[in-house]
Amino acid sequence: MPTEVLMPALSPTMEKGNLAKWLKKEGDQVKSGDVIAEIETDKATMEVEAIDEGTLGKILVPEGTQDVAVNTPIAVILADGEDASAAAAPSPKAAESAPPAAAAPVEPSPVTASAPATPAVINSAVANPPQPEVMPEADVPEGTEFVNQTMREALRDAMAEEMRRDGDVFVMGEEVAEYQGAYKITQGLLQEFGARRVIDTPITEHGFAGVGVGAAFTGLKPIVEFMTFNFAMQAIDQIINSAAKTLYMSGGQVHSSIVFRGPNGAAARVAAQHSQDFTAWYSHIPGLKVVAPYTAADAKGLLKSAIRDPNPIIFLENEILYGHASPVPKLDDYTVPIGKAKIARPGKDVTIVAWSIGMNYALKGAEELAKLGIEAEVIDLRTIRPLDIETVIASVKKTGRAVTVEEGWSQSGVGAEIVAQLVEKAFDYLDAPVLRVTGKDVPMPYAANLEKLALPSVQDVVDAARAVTYR
Amino acid sequence: MVVAAKKPAVAKAATPKAPVKAAAKSPARRSEKTGAVAEFSKEEELDAYRKMLEIRRFEEKAGQLYGMGLIGGFCHLYIGQEAVVVGMQAALREGDQVITGYRDHGHMLATGMDPKGVMAELTGRRGGYSKGKGGSMHMFSTEKGFYGGHGIVGAQVSLGTGLAFANRYRDNGNVSLTYFGDGAANQGQVYESFNMAELWKLPVVFIIENNKYAMGTAVNRASAQTDFSKRGASFNIPGEQVDGMDVRAVTAAGARAVEFARSGKGPYILEMLTYRYRGHSMSDPAKYRSKEEVQKMRTEHDPIEQVRARLLEKKWASEDELKAIDAEIRDRMNAAADFASADPEPDVAELYTDVLR
Repeated sequence: MPTEVLMPALSPTMEKGNLAKWLKKEGDQVKSGDVIAEIETDKATMEVEAIDEGTLGKILVPEGTQDVAVNTPIAVILADGEDASAAAAPSPKAAESAPPAAAAPVEPSPVTASAPATPAVINSAVANPPQPEVMPEADVPEGTEFVNQTMREALRDAMAEEMRRDGDVFVMGEEVAEYQGAYKITQGLLQEFGARRVIDTPITEHGFAGVGVGAAFTGLKPIVEFMTFNFAMQAIDQIINSAAKTLYMSGGQVHSSIVFRGPNGAAARVAAQHSQDFTAWYSHIPGLKVVAPYTAADAKGLLKSAIRDPNPIIFLENEILYGHASPVPKLDDYTVPIGKAKIARPGKDVTIVAWSIGMNYALKGAEELAKLGIEAEVIDLRTIRPLDIETVIASVKKTGRAVTVEEGWSQSGVGAEIVAQLVEKAFDYLDAPVLRVTGKDVPMPYAANLEKLALPSVQDVVDAARAVTYR
Repeated sequence: MVVAAKKPAVAKAATPKAPVKAAAKSPARRSEKTGAVAEFSKEEELDAYRKMLEIRRFEEKAGQLYGMGLIGGFCHLYIGQEAVVVGMQAALREGDQVITGYRDHGHMLATGMDPKGVMAELTGRRGGYSKGKGGSMHMFSTEKGFYGGHGIVGAQVSLGTGLAFANRYRDNGNVSLTYFGDGAANQGQVYESFNMAELWKLPVVFIIENNKYAMGTAVNRASAQTDFSKRGASFNIPGEQVDGMDVRAVTAAGARAVEFARSGKGPYILEMLTYRYRGHSMSDPAKYRSKEEVQKMRTEHDPIEQVRARLLEKKWASEDELKAIDAEIRDRMNAAADFASADPEPDVAELYTDVLR
C-alpha cells in the first residue's frame, strides 16, 4: 500500500512550514534514513528523512510552497509493484509515516541577520493574531513607515541595534552564538559582533547568571538569555539576591544594568516543568523591573529601553508569540518607555487588563463581546513592574468593571495584585467585583485536551466580562 | 620579535601598587603544598603587623559594640584569619577587585576602607558604607575595588567570576580575588564558576579560607575531599595549600597566583589553612570544638604574634614601639566606634531610595 509522507511538526509550537527543497525526484528509489526534502521553519531549515523504503511515487507539494500545514501529505512512497494512482485515497494510518520531530536532524540555518529567515506564523492560537486597534506608537512621527516583523526579528534587531550603539552590551546564554539561538532570537549576532560579545555558556544557569551580575557590577550591560525562564529557577537566587538587592544594600554604590530575557510561560505540549508563567514571581521583587510585551513593536522598543536601563530587567517573552508578525515602525532608534501601559482597544463597558500572550485571549474576547454589544476596553500592561495602575484606574473610572487575564496561576498572581489595587484605589468606581481569568490551579498537563483546559480561553474572557457587566 | 601594541589599560591600573615580592614562577598544574615564604623586610613586617592588628582591634571593638546592643543581626568576626587578607592584598594593584562572603570586615579594612565607615555600617548609621542599609554582611566600596560583602553562601563565587569576566572583556589586566570559605566550597555554583573561569581563562584567584568549620560543622563532617586545593583538579585549575596563619606564606602564594591570573593563564586556587578564634557569629558559643583546640592555635600559630616575635627577635622594633603602634590603632578603632555610636541613623527618607536607579 502506498505510504504518504506528511509535513512533519519540527518543534512543539510548529503548525506550518515552507517546503524549501526536494532532494529526491519522482521515480527515485528511497531508503529509510534518506533525506528527501528540506523544510524551512521560522527557526531553522530542517531535513526530512524517509522512514519507509520504496520509490518516490509522487510529489504532492512542490518545492517553494509556503505555509504548508503540519500533517499535510507532501509525497507518496510506493512499495514494489505499486503505482501512484493507488495513493488517491489517503490512508488513515498515514500519520505514522511522518518522521517524528525528534528524529529530524537539526541543521542550523545559515541565514544571517542581513537576510533573516522568512517569517512564518506558526501557531493556530495566533495564526490570525488580533491587532490592537490603537497602535502603541503614539510618539511615532506622522508618516512613519511600518514594516511587518515577527517578534523574533524585532527582538534580534533590538539587541543588534543596542550592541552597535554601546560596546558594553553583550549577550550570553546557552546556544546564543554558534547555534544562533535555541529559538533563533540571537540569529546573526555572532557573525556581526563576534565571540567576545556573543557568548555561548555551558548549561549552568545559576553560574552564568551570577557571572552576568558580577560583570554588571563593574558597569558592563549584559543581556543574559535563558533558553526558557523555567531554567531561570536555578538562577533565581542570583537574580533576586544579587541583581535586585545590591543597589539597595550598597547604599546606591553598585548597580546592575542587566537584562534577563527569554521565553516565559506555556509553549505547547511540553508539560509541567517547561510550561510555567513566572510573571508574578518576579513582579513581587523590589529592585527589578518586569516587562512582558505582546506586539513586535513593543518587543523591540521595550527591549531597547531595557538594555539601556541601569536596573536589572526581567524581560519575559513568549515562545508562541515569537513567530507572530505585526507592524514595527521603521525608525533608526525606536524605544518604548518601561512602565507605561497602553490602551490596545478602546471601549466603554468593561476594562480587560492583560499582557504578553494574555492579550491574545483579551483581544479575541473583546471581538466576541462586541458581537454581543459589549464594548470592552483592552489594556496591554506591557510592563508588570512598575505597574501602570493609573492607566487601569482611568479606564475603570469609565467602565466601572474589570477583568484580568493571565496564563499564570491565580493565587498571588498579577491579577490578584490588580484586583487589590483597584479595591484600594478605585473602589467607589467599581460596579461589580473584578474577576480574574487565569491558568487553572494545576501543574501543566501534557495531554492535549488537558493542556487546553489548563490554559485560559477566549470563552473564559467572554464569560468573565459578561458576568461583570451582568449581560 | 614583533611586539604588539598593548591595548590601553584603565589609566589608574598602569603601575602596580607594590612590587611583586616573590618570583612568579608558573607552578605545576597540580595541587601542592608549599612551604615557600616571602622574606620580609623590616618595613614589610611592620606593615603587616599594623594591618593585621588593625583588623584584630577593629573586630574586638565590633564584638564589644555587639555586646552593647549597638550592632544588630548577624556579626561574623575575622579574628584569627587576619594574615589571609593582608598577605593577599599585597599582590594587588589599583583596579583589581576583591569580593567575599559575609565574614567581610577584614577584607574591607585590607582594601583600605575607612574603619569609621565600616563600623558605622555595622551600627546601621547614615555614615556607613551602605548608608546603614546593608549592615555587616553587605558593604561595598567600588573606589577601593571591594564588591561585597555577600550574604548568600557561595553566591560571591559566581559574582567574582563575573568581575573577572569583565576584566577579560575590557582586557584591562585586572584580577578578581574571590574569597569563600570551606563551607561555601561545597555549593554547586562554585563548580559552575570554576568551569567557566577555566574555560574562558578568566583572571580570577579563588581563595578558599578553610577555617576548619562551616558554621558548626567541622570540615571532615561536610566535605568528601578536605584538601580544597584539589577542588579545581577536574577543571585543570591549579591549586595549592598555604599556611594561612603566616602572612609571609600568604604573600608569596598570593603573588604567584595573582601573577598567574594576570598573565592570562586563567584561574588559580589558593586554599588558606586558617582558623577563626571566635564563634561562627556573635551568637555562636562554639560548643563544637574544645577550648584547648582554640588555645593551641592562639598560642602556637597566631598570625600577629608570629610577626611580633620576628620583629622583636630581629630587633626591628622594641616592645615600646610595638605598644605605641597598638595604642595608635586602638585610638583609631575607638574613634571609629565613637563615630559609629554617635552618627545618626539614616534619614527615614532613605527607606525608599536606592531601590532602583
